[in-house]
Amino acid sequence: MNPMSLGPYASFIVTSYLLVAVVVVLLIGWIAVDYRRQQRRLRELEAGGTIRRSGRSATDIK
Amino acid sequence: MTLIDLANPTRFLSLATRALPWLAAATAVLLAIGLYQSAMAPNDYQQGATVKIMFIHVPNAWLSMFVWGVMSVAALGTLVWRHPLADVAAKAAAPIGAAFTFLALVTGALWGRPMWGTYWEWDARLTSVLILFLMYLGLIALWRAVEDPSRAARAAAILTLVGAINLPIIKFSVDWWNTLHQPASVMRMGGPALDHAFLIPLLVMASAFSMLFLTLQLAAMRNEILRRRVRTLQMIQVTKSSRRPA
Repeated sequence: MNPMSLGPYASFIVTSYLLVAVVVVLLIGWIAVDYRRQQRRLRELEAGGTIRRSGRSATDIK
Repeated sequence: MTLIDLANPTRFLSLATRALPWLAAATAVLLAIGLYQSAMAPNDYQQGATVKIMFIHVPNAWLSMFVWGVMSVAALGTLVWRHPLADVAAKAAAPIGAAFTFLALVTGALWGRPMWGTYWEWDARLTSVLILFLMYLGLIALWRAVEDPSRAARAAAILTLVGAINLPIIKFSVDWWNTLHQPASVMRMGGPALDHAFLIPLLVMASAFSMLFLTLQLAAMRNEILRRRVRTLQMIQVTKSSRRPA
């Protein structure tokens, strides 16, 4: 039997994999957007003259 | 680099930023191999092709508990050792753990309908995992409700450690009670009961999801450290503006 053939319950299998893909992509997207948002807020604050006590840029993480 | 070096958030950010592309690449490679092996795995003599759902359900179920375990260690780090990154790790892990638990519940339901004839049964395993999911949501709500991160961290750490009682209940629920859910077939005394044709794709997918967790966890911790820097700068800004003469 062809292992790629999903049989009578194909809709349950495909839905499971699609759902996992959607949730993982949403999770990655949310974390990536949050990273950009925090960096933008830090740049805005520093551009407005607010700096850390150490004097180092808060966005400098290299 | 020693563990104590990682207590410095700036050093942690530097390490995480360098490690993330490699971890993301390792996750992608493992996922590609795991998905290929899952697609090529033979049908089970009883479950048929629905056995393929197990290759995503089981890793998510394992990680749902593992992430709470990580948060419990972080909670000890907050309460006992006062490690500066412990509560950052705990806060970052909660939404990721909630997502894995949600996926374990839904993929389990989608497997259960054709195999058990029902999406849901109020048995010990399913109910205890649902409680785990609700605890994740409660923890996320707690983090959002308390504005001061250090106060929120202590409350969240206590809730996390209390919630850790649920982990052995989930693990042993299939042994302690008569449940619809099958007993452990991989992590059990006497070794795995699965044939290699199913065990190998399952372990590769579990490795891929574990690597995905590590990648997302480091990225989310980096975000949380930056969020705290934003908060600190905002407080400095407010202090400066309140000192200005009217």
